[in-house]
Amino acid sequence: MSELSVKHLLGIKYLNEKDIQLIFETADHFKEVINRSIKKVPSLRDITIANIFFENSTRTKLSFELAEKRLSADVLNFSASQSSVKKGETLIDTVNNILSMKVDMVVMRHPNPGAGIFLSKHVNASIVNAGDGAHEHPTQALLDSYSIREKLGDVSGKNVVIVGDILHSRVALSNIFALKLQGANVKVCGPKTLIPKYIKSLGVDVETNLEKALQWCDVANMLRIQNERMDISYFPTTREYTQQFGVNKATLDKLDKEIVIMHPGPINRGVEITSDVADSKQSIILHQVENGVAIRMAVIYLLASKIK
Amino acid sequence: MSQKVLLSSKEIHIILHRLACQLLETHLDFKNTVLIGIQPRGTFLAQRLAKILTEDYKVKDICLGFLDITFYRDDFRRGDKTLEANKTKIDFLIEDKNVVLIDDVLYTGRSINAALTALQSFGRPKDVELLTLIDRRFSRHLPIQPNYRGRQVDAINNEKVKVMWEENDGEDIIYLVNN
Repeated sequence: MSELSVKHLLGIKYLNEKDIQLIFETADHFKEVINRSIKKVPSLRDITIANIFFENSTRTKLSFELAEKRLSADVLNFSASQSSVKKGETLIDTVNNILSMKVDMVVMRHPNPGAGIFLSKHVNASIVNAGDGAHEHPTQALLDSYSIREKLGDVSGKNVVIVGDILHSRVALSNIFALKLQGANVKVCGPKTLIPKYIKSLGVDVETNLEKALQWCDVANMLRIQNERMDISYFPTTREYTQQFGVNKATLDKLDKEIVIMHPGPINRGVEITSDVADSKQSIILHQVENGVAIRMAVIYLLASKIK
Repeated sequence: MSQKVLLSSKEIHIILHRLACQLLETHLDFKNTVLIGIQPRGTFLAQRLAKILTEDYKVKDICLGFLDITFYRDDFRRGDKTLEANKTKIDFLIEDKNVVLIDDVLYTGRSINAALTALQSFGRPKDVELLTLIDRRFSRHLPIQPNYRGRQVDAINNEKVKVMWEENDGEDIIYLVNN
């Protein structure tokens, strides 16, 4: 019998290949569960989980909450905009107050990179990082790889290009770690200003020509331009960005093969991809959302089994 | 550690045929009956019985499914190890069906309790019966008894019943292992 090598899910960086395989195999079983007419199992009936979101989120929060409820856990929801954080409470105080109510696990999204790691060192609960600034978003990367594995049979040996705002994207970083760990070839593509200087040290190649990148890849993961994290202008106009790095039906038709299109959401339709691409057969965007629940159930189940 | 043979290949063969006949006696044409093997080890027994019923007794279209009970177990977080799941494969509705749950060894009854809970996710069966190859008497934690049993044994707590199947372990044989 195997188990995860970690007590918290803080980032893909801290996982090994076996952990990822175990999460995927467990997610396979949960995917079968969530397609039954009764989509719920009683495993976590004695576990309480707090979802603490210091940053806006729709699908991640819903997906975590649904995953927790499908496992029969008790769920507390907390968002910073309605809380004492506004009154000046520190992160540790906020979380310790919540933990005094006998919470076993904390799912946290925070605008500061490393917030989850910091928390894991100071509070006595299992921490799941649901996104920390521009650092990591491990469950998104897991569900992306899981969706590739489901669509193409395997992740190993596949060519994956991540297109867009690499600099501000926690999805990009977690995906790079996850894909490299599973033996995929990874390229990033986007305006030079939005590609971090030392990205090559992670073993990925940089391609600034979208057409060449798409011709090379099996899967294109299209990222959103994170305007909310941009304090300066990184490219002249959105229109110019779309012309160079946006994918539309004509771009895909020009390729001599059919590639898989992914997007972590939320989509800015008409910017990074057009509607006809987002809604095409090649797109697995909605599968990613479905798989997100199964992956989060697997992660929570495996971490909860280590809580004594 | 010592072990003695509880049932030989020949004895298992005879018992399986007897169990198949008992099932036939109650369910006749199996029109409204489904067989569900409990993962992981009950599936071999369920497949064997289905095979005997189909090949030797010409029962047509037997509904056979496999049920994994991992997420319904009552010992989650109570042991040292993570409970690892197996595949559930039930491609039919059990609503209003006669369900026969099949497992190799009945010991504390907790697995069957979990299986009964898990079964509820697939509908409301008309009735549920239990078939086990080995019934370990006097070791139950719950009021659960089999409707069909292969062999009843008195095994003390530090003894273990090891059921081996030709398709998985190379030989049909059942041992009583003393740790």
